[in-house]
Amino acid sequence: MAKLLEVRDLVIRFGLRTGEVTATSGVSFSLDRGERLGLVGESGAGKSVTGFSIINLISKPGYIASGEVNFNGENLARVSPERMRQIRGNRISMIFQDPMMTLNPVLTIGTQMTEVLHRHRPELSREQARDIALDKLRKVHIPSPEKRLEQYPHEFSGGMRQRIIIAIALLTDPELIIADEPTTALDVTIQAEIMDLLMELCEKDGMGLILITHDLAVVSQVTQNIAVMYAGRIVEKGPTSRVIAQPQHPYTRGLIAALPQSSRHGERLNQIPGMMPTLKDMPPGCAFNPRCPHVMEICHRQIPALRPGSNGNMAACHLYPEENAHE
Amino acid sequence: MSESLLSVRNLTRHFDISGGLLDQIRFSGGRFHRQKTLVRAVNNISFDILPGETFSVVGESGCGKSTLGRTIMGLYAPNAGEIHYRGDRIDNLDPRSLLPYRRKMQMVFQDPYASLNPRKTIRQTLEAPLRYHNPKLSNGEVQDRIEEVMLQVGSDPQWISRLPHEFSGGQRQRISIARALIVDPEFIVADEPISALDVSIQAQILNLMMDLQQQRGLAYLFVAHDLSVVEHISDRVGVMYLGTMCELAETAALFENPRHPYTRALMSAIPRLGGGPGGHVRLRGEVPTPINLPSGCVFHGRCPHANDRCRVEIPGLRRLDDGRQVACHGVEEGRI
Ligand SMILES: Nc1ncnc2c1ncn2[C@@H]1O[C@H](COP(=O)(O)OP(=O)(O)OP(=O)(O)O)[C@@H](O)[C@H]1O
Ligand SMILES: Nc1ncnc2c1ncn2[C@@H]1O[C@H](COP(=O)(O)OP(=O)(O)OP(=O)(O)O)[C@@H](O)[C@H]1O
Ligand code: SF4
Ligand SMILES: [Mg+2]
Ligand SMILES: [Mg+2]
Repeated sequence: MAKLLEVRDLVIRFGLRTGEVTATSGVSFSLDRGERLGLVGESGAGKSVTGFSIINLISKPGYIASGEVNFNGENLARVSPERMRQIRGNRISMIFQDPMMTLNPVLTIGTQMTEVLHRHRPELSREQARDIALDKLRKVHIPSPEKRLEQYPHEFSGGMRQRIIIAIALLTDPELIIADEPTTALDVTIQAEIMDLLMELCEKDGMGLILITHDLAVVSQVTQNIAVMYAGRIVEKGPTSRVIAQPQHPYTRGLIAALPQSSRHGERLNQIPGMMPTLKDMPPGCAFNPRCPHVMEICHRQIPALRPGSNGNMAACHLYPEENAHE
Repeated sequence: MSESLLSVRNLTRHFDISGGLLDQIRFSGGRFHRQKTLVRAVNNISFDILPGETFSVVGESGCGKSTLGRTIMGLYAPNAGEIHYRGDRIDNLDPRSLLPYRRKMQMVFQDPYASLNPRKTIRQTLEAPLRYHNPKLSNGEVQDRIEEVMLQVGSDPQWISRLPHEFSGGQRQRISIARALIVDPEFIVADEPISALDVSIQAQILNLMMDLQQQRGLAYLFVAHDLSVVEHISDRVGVMYLGTMCELAETAALFENPRHPYTRALMSAIPRLGGGPGGHVRLRGEVPTPINLPSGCVFHGRCPHANDRCRVEIPGLRRLDDGRQVACHGVEEGRI
């Protein structure tokens, strides 16, 4: 059976007035049914653009310049807008950081939920749609869901709103959920609840999850596999526990070493010098080379391909030469 | 408490959000009343900060951390309570008498984009507070101080003729810190100074803050929502819930063995790198609004250990044998 999702060599570009810029290059990853994948990296690394491109939601002037997004074997990068509408919000749902990107402030939760359902399943009666909505609200542990259906978004707290978003995402029993920083704006206690919930749903219903976040600790708890992005490329990927325990790419190593947990109380943190380049001033070769403690001559002229590192993680770094690939 | 740098005693700060007179009129018991709507952001909080220490305040959004910091800085007038700086009472001073203290106490804000004036060059931003507090400095001395402080925060002194938009978030935060440092303070309130920054930049700014503390003996009141950062840099930590301090302890004691039921829930929810999922203490319900504070313990509606006493009697911060302070009847009674 085909993978649930297989993204291959994705290149996303923005046609700006000041010229074209490439936001992501050569992004490849795949996801099995029921798998949870974390997409991590710092601000501007290309996480959201990658997530949006899967369901063709990149905002103008962005576009998929090349590459494939195979969902159950169908290349979504090439399907008609009509076909995309059948898949988006139906078989693939998206959860955003800001619940108000999904919720309409002037409609009740009930109305919004039935609207989504009718868009994808027009044959449903009002009662059937209501029952499904209630069922999903229960699934995300909203107390007294009957009453909640009649309420407006502003009557909910931030954590409740995010749970309602998840309930909406679940309405059509999607096979894949893309969650872009779903808890970044929330407190840790609420974040822990939402993450538990997402995991529970994936485990019970075999849903795939792409969790986009800059928080390595969250990803390490929720996902089985991880892809680390830097300056528009995946620089490391592999099983989450191994990437965290034995990071191969110098950037991943630096990122983990920079966390307070990696230093003794009160001591200086292991900072990575400098900052991520912007799209307009990408250095030639490896984009991490200005910050890398292991930089070599080749790093300045050749972009490293994603290859197996010494422990089987895939890493895009000249420290792991071609030979490893043929072991 | 004479060795304290800062002493906060029973500090209370409310916000009146009643609106106009008409909004305030209520009819009850056959009569009209004028009723105020108050946000009780900070209630009866007391603590001390020692010279050179990092005291952090944690708690969920809206619990009053920023209000506490701003009230201490004199940006908000307290409704009750006292603030002492090196033994001098400062909360009731007029602006002129406050001036020498303002120089000793500086603030760094969360948003490095909003806290720098976009039309002022870095030089202007740094020069204004320096000249204000040191009117006798010559131009040459001002220039020297600016260059010195830029170097200290790891920024190139050549940048001072640029405008804020030419800098990244991390660089701007360095300049905000330079602005606080240039008047040679002893105490800095840092309200979420790294929250808007990327992980790899956060480490740079935290290192800078720790280095400066060592070099200058600075004391910090540090507010952050990233508890692993707080655990790393703090000497002591106060945990707030709904405007109230519910536990105050040395960092290791607090993180290794939290005592207040709210602190326990909060600590258990911290995502740990490589730690397993789940296992956190689930709280029932939601944080109530600070407009109508719950009776008794502000946490009783969500607390798994609440009893009748908790519902009526406000628990005060009590010192335990290990030196920490906890505001909880259950802990006092030995139930928790
Ligand atoms: N509409 C747009 N026009 C031009 N450039 C854009 C646009 N949207 C995104 N970009 C650029 O694409 C790059 C990747 O952005 P993206 O939003 O995917 O980052 P991210 O990893 O999600 O970051 P964050 O953590 O801040 O959300 C960035 O350099 C960004 O500036
Ligand atoms: N100027 C103001 N006018 C009215 N209410 C205010 C004002 N400032 C704060 N509040 C209210 O006081 C309470 C405490 O707010 P505060 O900003 O101190 O919380 P916080 O702990 O800093 O939260 P966060 O973590 O979100 O920054 C909140 O209910 C807030 O809405
Ligand atoms: S005082 Fe009572 S309600 Fe408050 S935290 Fe302690 S046990 Fe819970
Ligand atoms: Mg993003
Ligand atoms: Mg605040």
